[in-house]
Formats: sequence, C-alpha cells, structure tokens
Amino acid sequence: MKAFTYQRAGSAEDAARLAAHPGAMLLAGGTTLLDLAKCGVAEPDMLVDIGHISGLDAIAVDAGGATIGALAKMSAVADHAGMRAAFPAVAESLSQAASAQLRNMATIGGNLLQRTRCPYFRDPAAFPACNKRDPGSGCAAIGGVTRNHAVLGTSEACIATYPGDLAVALVAFDAAVRLGGRTIAVEEFFLVPGDTPAREHAIGPGEMITAVAIPASPAARRSTFLKVRDRQSYEFAAASAAVGLELGPDGRTIRDLRVALGGVATVPWRCRAVEDALKGTLLEPESVRAASRLAVEGAVAQADNAHKIDLAPRLVARAILSLGGLA
Amino acid sequence: MSSPRTIRFTLNGEPVSATIMPHETLVDVLQHRFDLRGARESCGQGLCGCCTVHVDGKPVSGCLFLAVFADGARVDTVEGLARGDALDPVQEAFIEAGAFQCGFCTPGFVMMVKQLLKEHPEPTDEEVRHYLTGNLCRCSAYPEILDAVKLASARQAEAARRA
Repeated sequence: MKAFTYQRAGSAEDAARLAAHPGAMLLAGGTTLLDLAKCGVAEPDMLVDIGHISGLDAIAVDAGGATIGALAKMSAVADHAGMRAAFPAVAESLSQAASAQLRNMATIGGNLLQRTRCPYFRDPAAFPACNKRDPGSGCAAIGGVTRNHAVLGTSEACIATYPGDLAVALVAFDAAVRLGGRTIAVEEFFLVPGDTPAREHAIGPGEMITAVAIPASPAARRSTFLKVRDRQSYEFAAASAAVGLELGPDGRTIRDLRVALGGVATVPWRCRAVEDALKGTLLEPESVRAASRLAVEGAVAQADNAHKIDLAPRLVARAILSLGGLA
Repeated sequence: MSSPRTIRFTLNGEPVSATIMPHETLVDVLQHRFDLRGARESCGQGLCGCCTVHVDGKPVSGCLFLAVFADGARVDTVEGLARGDALDPVQEAFIEAGAFQCGFCTPGFVMMVKQLLKEHPEPTDEEVRHYLTGNLCRCSAYPEILDAVKLASARQAEAARRA
C-alpha cells in the first residue's frame, strides 16, 4: 500500500474542505478503500477520516420510515430490531453480506460506494485497459472471462457488475440518499456506465453521503432478500432479489409489489415491469413466473454469463411466491 | 508528506502507545511494535479472518483496520485470553476437540468464537456457520471447530449454572 497522509475531519464542512486537496479521498470504515489501495486501484495521497464526525451513525425508525446515518455500521443496522421489523429485506441484505468482522467495520455510506468486483478492474498491473479506472483505455473484460459480469445496464465501454446488496434492497423501497443539504433517490444516485463508466454515482464535488432515508410501506414490512451465490456464505451475489409484497384484504390480490435485482446489472436494478404486470392481479404461481421474466427485459449476455438471464427471474418468482406463502 | 503519528490505546488491559505511519494496519503494528504474533495477515483482504482482533469488544479484520483507528480504543488479542498458565475455556475446547492442524487460523477462530458465545451462548450449527463465515481453515478442520464451539458452549453453560 502506498503511503498517504491522514487527516481527521471534525465536521462535514471540515471534510469537504480537506477533501478538496488534490489526491484526497474520504475514509470511513476503510474496508473497501484499503482493499483497493492494496491492489493498486486506489492511490490516495491523503485520507480524510470522517469517522469522528458526531451524529452521523444514528439509526432512527418510526411510523414514517427509517433514517440511517452514513456512519452506522452494517452490523448495527442488520441487528436493529426496528429495521428487522419494518424493513426485513434491508436488514437481511446486510446480514447476508461480507463477514461478521467486516460488518463491524464497514459503514452504510461506504457500503453503497463499494466498487465492482470485476477482476480486470481490480488488477491494474495485469490489465491496464479499464474504462472505469482509466477512461478511454478500453475494457479487458469484454471478450474475457465474464461469468460474473452484468447482463443489464451494460455498455460497450463497461460490463462491470455493481456488487452490493444493501443498495438493491434500498432501490426496491424508494429509499433516498442524503448528501448534506440535498436528497436524491437511490434509483437516480447510481449511474449506468454508458460511455463514462468512471462516473458511478451522483455525488458532486464537496458532497458526501450523510444519511439514507427509507419510507415505510406495507410492502417493505413484508419483504425478503434472496441471494444466490457460488457458495452459501461470504460471497458476492450471482444474483439477488429484494422483493416486497402487499396483499389486499382478500389475501390474494397483489396491492403493491416491489422488485429489484442485484448481481446481474451495472447498478441496483429496479424491475418496474414486473411490478406493473402483477399489481392488481391475483397471486398465482403461473402468472408470477411469467411476469418475473420481465425482470430481465433487454438483457445482453456475454460469453459466460447467459445463466444469469435464467437465474434472475427464477429468483424473483421464488421471492414473490415465498412472501405470498406459495413457495 | 506522510508523517508519523502517536496513538494511545489499551492493549489486553494495559495502556500502551505507538508511533506509527498512517498507512500501517493494526495487524502490522501488533506484530512489529508489540511482538504479538497471534493475529497474522494471510489474505490481506479481509477474506480469511486470520487477523481477527477485538476493538472495543467487537471482532474486526486487523488487516483492513488502520492502526490510527485504534487510537483511544480497547484492543484485545488472543494473547490476552489466558489467565496466567490457565488457558481460556475456548482455547481449551479447541485443544480437546483437535480443532486445528497447522494452527495458522486458530487465533482468529478463537477470537471469533469468544464473541459468538457472548452473543449466542448456545448457538445452533447454522448460527455457528454463519458467524464464522469470515474465517477460513485451509486444513479444513471445520467439523472439529464446530465440536469445539459446542464443547466451549456446554462448559460455559455449566459454569454459569454453578455460579
């Protein structure tokens, strides 16, 4: 790891001022940033530690929803009784991610900003071409080994999968990211690569994530996070689905449905086509399976990842049916 | 220019200080400044758990934990578990169950099991597996590690009954 200087920010304003130094990066839990510094992807000259800014780690849940401070630890949110009751998919997305050690270290803000696990991105010494690291240098992944690359939201410049789980649950339930004085929907916060894959999110200069806000809803309360991976634990998703279901008084009519996919797209992927096809209909296995196929509309497979196009809709259908007591 | 900093923390109950560089990790500082070799860097990416230590009572991966983060904190390592010549009950259980072969991963596992038994005094197999998912044993002593956790849990329950 390259040497860097270290500064502690006492406030968000302080952090913004220090982060304006050339080569400066903000540091919270450090689990992503130090990992990337070790593999040579991140080469900061200065780290600005925001971990001592007070008041940014609170978790508040009430009838209107949840507000989670950017510095709350993954483990604190995953284990929070109010979160588990009102937003089970969000809590499960966190408890199924990383390891117990890392969940004690990593923060919610940092979790959202974790970088792709694309092995070409993570190995600059062996693969100099990466449009995400070095715009215009090309993409070593396209035409390479693509088993874990994205099938949705890709471009000719980048096919790297967004690796996180939490953001998938957040996008399903209309959560928003607070950037100090500005609030932006999670759905708009993450940017598909297009021809600028180095730009992954909507944070502007001088801004940082201060909190995440999730509105309460019956669908969020009856929700689940399903994650399929190469091994049962401590692995990134081959595909994941965050799904919430609200049934009408008859217990069979779908009143509200939320569906988002992870592990298959360049950004957390909200599947409104599935939601719209099923809202107002009766919960039936056949129609749920048919509508779930809409989740991968427009998917483009690379040489090794066509299985994700089959896997993702099955996961969506299983999540909906299990929430409805039919699987 | 990167410049050294002095950090002060409580290490296995003793107040200590160290002059470190900002990019040094906690596991580096424990190894090289304090000659504590139990927590060791193996993967360096937070994947294997060999560097597990407790900071303010919570297990963390010392290879991705900057030493400056320990400033003002309480740090506990496997070396602090024994009381004189008496090993910790979790350490005893690992020996009795034969829960290791080469032993490289054992300090990390022991530190995780200490915390596991605090949070889940009588864990199910599934809880043990989930909790220890960030610890790898390349000799594959997993069945014996599960036995050791059960043994330590039973002893802890027995001790609590007697107390």
